[in-house]
Amino acid sequence: MLQDKDRIFTNLYGQHDWGLEGARRRGDWDNTADIIKKGRDWIVNEMKASGLRGRGGAGFPTGLKWSFMPKEIGARPHYLVVNADESEPGTCKDRDILRHDPHKLVEGCLVAGFAMGAHAAYVYVRGEFFNEAARLQAAVDQAYEAKLLGPDACGSGWAFDVYVHRGAGAYICGEETALLESLEGKKGMPRLKPPFPAMSGLYGCPTTVNNVESIAVAPTILRRGASWFTGFGRENNAGTKIFCISGHVEKPCNVEEAMSIPMRELIEKHAGGVRGGWDNLLAVIPGGSSTPVLPKGICDDVLMDFDALKEVKSGLGTAALIVMDKSTDIIKAIARLAYFYKHESCGQCTPCREGTGWMWRVLERMVKGDAEVGEIETLLDVAGQVEGHTICALGDGAAWPVQGLIRHFRGEIEDRIKQRKGKSRVAA
Amino acid sequence: MSESFKFNDENLATAKQIIARYPQGRQHSAVLPLLDLAQRQNDGHASDAVVDAIAAMIDMPRIRVMEVATFYTMFHRKPVGKFHLQCCTTTPCWLRGSSEVVDAIRKHTGIDFGETTKDGMFSMIEVECLGGCVNAPIVQINDDFYEDLDAASMVKILKALQAGETPEPGPQIDRQTSAPAGGATTLKNIALAKG
Repeated sequence: MLQDKDRIFTNLYGQHDWGLEGARRRGDWDNTADIIKKGRDWIVNEMKASGLRGRGGAGFPTGLKWSFMPKEIGARPHYLVVNADESEPGTCKDRDILRHDPHKLVEGCLVAGFAMGAHAAYVYVRGEFFNEAARLQAAVDQAYEAKLLGPDACGSGWAFDVYVHRGAGAYICGEETALLESLEGKKGMPRLKPPFPAMSGLYGCPTTVNNVESIAVAPTILRRGASWFTGFGRENNAGTKIFCISGHVEKPCNVEEAMSIPMRELIEKHAGGVRGGWDNLLAVIPGGSSTPVLPKGICDDVLMDFDALKEVKSGLGTAALIVMDKSTDIIKAIARLAYFYKHESCGQCTPCREGTGWMWRVLERMVKGDAEVGEIETLLDVAGQVEGHTICALGDGAAWPVQGLIRHFRGEIEDRIKQRKGKSRVAA
Repeated sequence: MSESFKFNDENLATAKQIIARYPQGRQHSAVLPLLDLAQRQNDGHASDAVVDAIAAMIDMPRIRVMEVATFYTMFHRKPVGKFHLQCCTTTPCWLRGSSEVVDAIRKHTGIDFGETTKDGMFSMIEVECLGGCVNAPIVQINDDFYEDLDAASMVKILKALQAGETPEPGPQIDRQTSAPAGGATTLKNIALAKG
């Protein structure tokens, strides 16, 4: 188990002062100017060496992403945009960073912003997080007051501003280009790529969009060194990570653990185990609603990291585990997620706009068994036609849970259809 | 319902501060925060007059502001109750009993999703994941999250609101925010956590 001395988010649960004084006692804002004085290249290389992969779901290497920004600052200013539009069902880790450790994020904005040649960061916080956004704003205000931000941030000579921007209720704005559209004052409809944001992002300027957790861990990595961070987790899956454990566990919770921890150990050590014991487990959605569900047999010994979960045809995603015990109607659980994607589709691409609603309607019938066995194959076919055929990954995210359900629980769907048919035959 | 909308002096000053967060000529970026500010002043209603006022303020075509006001779920194009109950029923909340919480609200208030009580006290909608899943089920009331609910604690909150009280938001069971109930399994080394 990860030791407390190696935990980055030492105020994860908000037992201590979230403010500047408390944050400084926990090691934040400690000679930040010294990090900046090491230069852009040093920071980017150290982040690359740390092996940090984006914490927002896609797992793209963070240092590499930063290196895509133009080396020279031209006529167009560079921007850092922080994605705090946390809305993936199961996921609630960024919320704790915003409300309990906001200075880690603010300091991370400065360091990351400097490393990409940006003088400004916009933090896009989901609209429902009213109190969390207010807390972050208060931390930003404290940082300005202490001259940690502003024309000479931390006495580094680098001018840097941080702006908090609240969304207004739209899951799609967690997609980076939809977020940029929204930040420009438009509907959150994803843009075609290329051009990628590093070339043309916010206001057509070079922009990097990073998740809250990716930015908030950066100062600690830079202080303690890349090799410290790579000491946790398997190769290519480095570091510590905040896991969210929800659903049918005794004690749902957030917890920071080492990457590659076995799923069972994570659930049993921190969340009090599955309700009714491990043998009462039916399935786990391992990384937020978009990642395919895994039956108990796989959960028994799977590791919680990018590669291990990919091997079992799922994903680490946001590292948000949704645990379901044997009392769960698994078809209904996935049908509810299908409804979520139908509700959140921006409507721009036909396969997603039409497909999400179609998949949801069929699944709702399957919950009742009101379907034909042959429709399972049709559903799978439609999911395959949504996946990979849309501008953004929402279509994929809608297709994957359906594919996971059919992959592992086809028998349940068939049984329910047959049961209903049997009943109607008896009734007739 | 107001026929015209104008920011009061305090909000006008706030609106100017909001617009100043964005580069010169990029004032359209302020449309979400300005609509939010105006909706708050207008008793939770982003009316046509609100849309018009914001469009004029940031020189944005009215139809574009209307698009935004209808795209994002947090703008209310119809008036809502004094207490707007936003019930999350997405899978993580559903697994922890959101259906019972929703039923308790229905029973206590007599309204269903999309409705407002006759006295204007409560309105109720179904929302998608609120992003607090380890504290499920959650109902957001105006700006605050009420967490770890069950039917009984939900009714208690509704009664408190009706009595003019302000029930404490956050977990409604004995636990520290997102830590496991009964005490955290980590960060027990307080001295270290304090630094």
